[in-house]
Amino acid sequence: MDGAEHARLRRMLTAEFMIRNVRRIEPLIRQTVDRALDELHAAGPPADLVTHVALPVPSMVICHLLGVPYADHGFFQERSRTLIDRDAPPERVQRHVRELRDYLHRLVEAKVATGERADDLLSRLARDRVDTGELAVDELVGMAVLLLIAGHETTANMIGLSTLLLLRHPARYAALRDDPGHADGLVDELLRYLSIVRTGLPRLATEDVEVGGRLIRAGEGAIAVLSLANRDQAAFDRPNEFDPYRAAQQHVAFGFGVHQCIGQPLARAELRIALVELARRFPRLRPASTAGRLPTRDSSVVYGLDALPVTW
Amino acid sequence: MSGAVRVGVDRDRCCGAGNCVVTAPEVFDQDDEDGLVLLRRTEPPADAVDRVRLAVELCPAGAISVAPRPEPGHSSTPVPEASATP
Repeated sequence: MDGAEHARLRRMLTAEFMIRNVRRIEPLIRQTVDRALDELHAAGPPADLVTHVALPVPSMVICHLLGVPYADHGFFQERSRTLIDRDAPPERVQRHVRELRDYLHRLVEAKVATGERADDLLSRLARDRVDTGELAVDELVGMAVLLLIAGHETTANMIGLSTLLLLRHPARYAALRDDPGHADGLVDELLRYLSIVRTGLPRLATEDVEVGGRLIRAGEGAIAVLSLANRDQAAFDRPNEFDPYRAAQQHVAFGFGVHQCIGQPLARAELRIALVELARRFPRLRPASTAGRLPTRDSSVVYGLDALPVTW
Repeated sequence: MSGAVRVGVDRDRCCGAGNCVVTAPEVFDQDDEDGLVLLRRTEPPADAVDRVRLAVELCPAGAISVAPRPEPGHSSTPVPEASATP
């Protein structure tokens, strides 16, 4: 989706995810993180950080924002995972997309039908946009699918991988506790260095354009590989080094252009709060000794860890 | 190297990513209604100019422009249209 059609739908969501509104829900994020850390503490040591923190925190937050019952998380977590798994058989992908759409369709229909409207994103869009005829129910379902998947997979994997990276740099992990004011800069460097979105973004030139000294003619395609751009020596000094004190804001982990991730203020806030609170509550956190290598999501469009056993 | 500048924004191009608000909050804001960019001031203070230039680079929609500010005192007559916008 592009151009005016994309702009029309995106603009119905921009206010929802703007900085001011994300700041407003920071107490909710903090509370969610605190509860998850309680769970982690109760489960170990050792315990799996992915199961108890990385996955549930963004999942609970996006469910709360969208107005999707978290009780169903087993159902939609499995399906959103299938959708971004390159090795999943096509018939399974099709079935899971359909099931996820049907599930959200029922939820959206219920929100449109009910007279009493809850204060969540899907209910607000049902009231302010569907009732007024600006938005079709199918379009709202499409938005819900996209936001639910995007809200889950990316931040969860960033929390897991970021924790592992920081535990391998104990001084950086300690600095997170002692200097939480620097956490915003650290988050940008984590986004740049880890670059978990491993798929190229395909684009078609609508007119002749020169990029990096190469002419791309109208009608020709180009694929932007975010992880390569984030390790570009022309943009970042010693790009293969993890340096929390570099100015990393120019990374493209959220993409670039009018399709840039609309949820980035939310993702940044979740990552910052989760990491700062983890370092504060678990100053002695370290990877639990495991026999083999950690299970990684090698076939996923969004890279990450399936488990991160930790101890303290 | 960063002289006085005047900032302009194009709300038709803006995609509400909010990078400008994070980078230079004293200059940029987002509209409560539609999340699109609002200018708090067109002439940023000297200590914000570098961050405003960074906001230009970070804007994914190319919606922010920066031009050198005309020298004050060059023409001492007040500019009447300056107050025309609500």
